Amino acid sequence: MAEKLIAGIQVDCNEQGYLTNPEQWNKEIGLEIAAEENISMTDKHWELIDYLRKQYKDEVALTVRKVGKSGVVDIKEFYNLFPNGPLKTASKIAGIPKPVSCI
Amino acid sequence: MENSENKPVKKMMLILSKATIENVYACFILANGARMEGIESEIFFTFFGLEAVQKKKLNHLHVATVGNPAMHIPTMLGGLPGMEALATKMMKSEMEKLDIPPVGEFLEMLSASGTKLWACKLAMDMFKIKEEDLIEDIDGVLTVGGFYERAQGDGTHLLFI
Repeated sequence: MAEKLIAGIQVDCNEQGYLTNPEQWNKEIGLEIAAEENISMTDKHWELIDYLRKQYKDEVALTVRKVGKSGVVDIKEFYNLFPNGPLKTASKIAGIPKPVSCI
Repeated sequence: MENSENKPVKKMMLILSKATIENVYACFILANGARMEGIESEIFFTFFGLEAVQKKKLNHLHVATVGNPAMHIPTMLGGLPGMEALATKMMKSEMEKLDIPPVGEFLEMLSASGTKLWACKLAMDMFKIKEEDLIEDIDGVLTVGGFYERAQGDGTHLLFI
């Protein structure tokens, strides 16, 4: 378990930079991770981050298919928002663990 | 994690030559999994693999119950009428539980994710398949040479299924 200083806050994370305690997350942390991932956050991005955090809280195993049916974005939009591995990148910004799904 | 020794996979070029559902899903999951990791992916549908992109056929693909030792049923039973349909139904219901979509929806997902879908020209000619028999999401018909051309670049891997 590693610790990292993001947006002035000491957070627990794994070696790939995923937060291991989603309670430590706030929007500034999300913004800083997004900048590292070269993502300029828009309202749509944040809407999706909220959705992912809520799903995580409800213990739903996330897949790209589910996100595509979320009503927030379809799969094409999801890839447009986060071009380089959408579920991975979005989960990282959302401060939730790295998804283990292959779908 | 890129360094001089680790050469990351940048593009997966998959060749699907079979229409049994386990092979089709293996191919789709690899192609989709690549996109999920930010890796490019393309599929070349050839020979029986073309069944997976024909509008009238893609929803009727089956598991192979004969000549498949991993089914753990005697080969003679596997050949009985209805066995393939039964095994396929069971497999599909297990897959739905894991959020693995049916073939048609999976193809839409792949296309939306940026996976390129190509039909093999020679196999199309051989089986007398016309472009209008194929799904709308097909990106085009290619020769083998055309497919290899698309495989150019560092970090491209080809996989035959």
